[in-house]
Amino acid sequence: MGTQAFDEIMGAGGQDGARPELADLCRWLDETPPDELRRRQHSAETTFRQLGITFAVYGESEASERIIPFDIVPRIFLADEWERLSAGLIQRVEAINAFLVDIYGERRILKEGVLPADLILGNPQFRPEVAGIRPPHDVWAHICGIDLVRTGPDEFFVLEDNARTPSGVSYMLENREAMVRLCPELFAKFRVAAVDSYPDMLLETMKSVAPRGCGQNPNCVVLTPGHYNSAYYEHSFLADSMGIELVEAADLVVDDDVVFMRTIAGRVKVDVIYRRVDDDFLDPLVFRPDSMLGVPGLIAAYAAGNVAILNAPGNGIADDKAIYSYMPEIVKFYSGGAPTLPNVETYRCREPDALRYVLDHLDELVVKLVDGSGGYGMLVGPTASRAEIERFRAALIAEPHRYIAQPTLALSTVPTLVEQGVAPRHVDFRPFLLTGSRGVQVVPGGLTRVALREGSLVVNSSQGGGTKDSFVLLPEHARGGGMTQAMGGMTQTIGGGLA
Amino acid sequence: MRLSIDHRTTYRFTKPQGRIVQLLRVTPGNTHDQTVAEWHISVDCDARLREHRDGFGNRTTMLYAEGPLDRLEIAVSGEVVTSHSDGVLHGTFEPLPPAVFLRSTPVTDAGEVLAGFAHRMTEGHSPLGALHALNRALHERFALDKGRPEPGLTVDDAFARDTATPRDLAQMFVACARSLDIPARYVTGYCDLQDGRRPTPHGWADGWVEGIGWIGFDPTLALSPEEHHVRIAVALDAAGCAPVAGSRLGEGEECLDVEVRVSGQ
Repeated sequence: MGTQAFDEIMGAGGQDGARPELADLCRWLDETPPDELRRRQHSAETTFRQLGITFAVYGESEASERIIPFDIVPRIFLADEWERLSAGLIQRVEAINAFLVDIYGERRILKEGVLPADLILGNPQFRPEVAGIRPPHDVWAHICGIDLVRTGPDEFFVLEDNARTPSGVSYMLENREAMVRLCPELFAKFRVAAVDSYPDMLLETMKSVAPRGCGQNPNCVVLTPGHYNSAYYEHSFLADSMGIELVEAADLVVDDDVVFMRTIAGRVKVDVIYRRVDDDFLDPLVFRPDSMLGVPGLIAAYAAGNVAILNAPGNGIADDKAIYSYMPEIVKFYSGGAPTLPNVETYRCREPDALRYVLDHLDELVVKLVDGSGGYGMLVGPTASRAEIERFRAALIAEPHRYIAQPTLALSTVPTLVEQGVAPRHVDFRPFLLTGSRGVQVVPGGLTRVALREGSLVVNSSQGGGTKDSFVLLPEHARGGGMTQAMGGMTQTIGGGLA
Repeated sequence: MRLSIDHRTTYRFTKPQGRIVQLLRVTPGNTHDQTVAEWHISVDCDARLREHRDGFGNRTTMLYAEGPLDRLEIAVSGEVVTSHSDGVLHGTFEPLPPAVFLRSTPVTDAGEVLAGFAHRMTEGHSPLGALHALNRALHERFALDKGRPEPGLTVDDAFARDTATPRDLAQMFVACARSLDIPARYVTGYCDLQDGRRPTPHGWADGWVEGIGWIGFDPTLALSPEEHHVRIAVALDAAGCAPVAGSRLGEGEECLDVEVRVSGQ
């Protein structure tokens, strides 16, 4: 299966040389000795360790902190490929927002019978507690990470929508910084769109959705569950690079339906909260009463229109795996056109015919829990042992509604530095989209995850995956001299700008 | 019928509290058969009150009070005029479709035994007949527990006992109805048929019957709520529509005293 995969640098042929636009990368790989690549990669990983970009592995008896392996060979998107992909992503995120507005408002999509009502109304991710609330500017999914896989130059499939609190953007930024520092010659060969303006874009998005009447400079904060959270580094990194406060629930108080932050100078009003706390832990008066992480009264302040919460509470219904298989219908319903970005074909095991098919083809399919994440509770049929397959068969028969199944795709590969040298490894991609009061923006880059084991399709960091930098090339007609890298500095900027 | 209600909730703290934030569900709404003539909430300290409606359509009040507080008393009083309705609800504010009330919660998830009971008691009945049968069956099975309900008690554990509080009867009712695929929800409110019980806010249930709508059932009394009942709030279970959800900033223990007087004329 791995042999038929589309290689993003070498093309479909494999041996016949690189895709012409990317020949320079091939030459770079040929010219740079593997030991030198390894030295640079090691240097990047040392920096990540020093910065503390680690994650905790769940399910291990001791809370171990690891860094996610970094691969020095970048993945490259051509300008026109990116443009087409972006259009599909924007359409998808606009539909997600329209869906959330509708599902917590009029529920037109249920009244018109496009989705089975029980799938939404009985879903624990549909939160009646926030039904009827209108977030400032009607934006729900401010920050989305859409997980994609690729099988050809323009063949992208959405694997998963992340509309709650998608993480990983700090890897996008740190990976780029490492690449600029360690492989400056690549930025001379390729005109790469900068990603370092992400914190500015995010802050701009936050300010744009501030409740009306907050003035020119609304007070924005990042709310973290605390330093025990596996993504704490990213929370502090983002607050730091946006120049705003990183707060925990105990730092916030709600009085008279207004949110305040405790400071040494007294209470300061808070207008916009980028929360990296799950819904359940936002407000103990409304969600889980035993939550120590929550802010009592936060939902009341939000319902009163006095604070914006990014992403909006209740968003889980939009990226639920049980809803995923209906996304093509959802996109069509709200955009009025066919979805540009297809889903991976999905069997809903709640449907008896689909279940029968899945049980007959377990060795070919990927089976997922609709309420699981991070690669846990997942069966990859083609590489699974007999025992694993039988375990899933029993689980599927017992609780079919909890599972979906998908064919294993020939995921694209990208050359990756491994022990034997440079070899193709399967990748996926998580681009980030920001939605503010003025519409949706695609960040020109993203998080590429790579399955470091030969032939493996599981890219999750908890399952031995690594990351790569993702270059998005600027279009030829972009004005200016392309990239200028700040020498010795930690930033890179675009010289000129986009046409 | 004219019901006058006096509901006093008093918290006493062993140590002074720095701040108190509470979400109150203590205000009835108007329906076709329930008119709120007068309603007041008063608090015995300097507190800020804000009116809201939650996702279920309930009227709620946020209470914000700064300490130091060693006690907090919330006095709710008013008059409500009710009329005869055969238990069928008309003119309630319903922002959510009935199907939402098919979902269970951790305390109202009927296990095999309780679901089996629901099935046996209602065999051969129409949905409306099934709800009436459940109401009677639960009433007959349990002696009334006049004490305070046990926090977090599940319907399965409640079903294993000989006595049940009105809360547990109503939660078992909604769990049974849902196990039969009939939308059902918990209702809090007041009732003047106290029958010698320690007066507290009362709890009963609504069941949904296609073609009729929401219908009230009170398994404590084995009848449908009538003009003796004043509805305050609905939710998936009792905790979801508790009169007070609170959070306090401060150490020490709290002692809660609730006094309810309902008198009908």
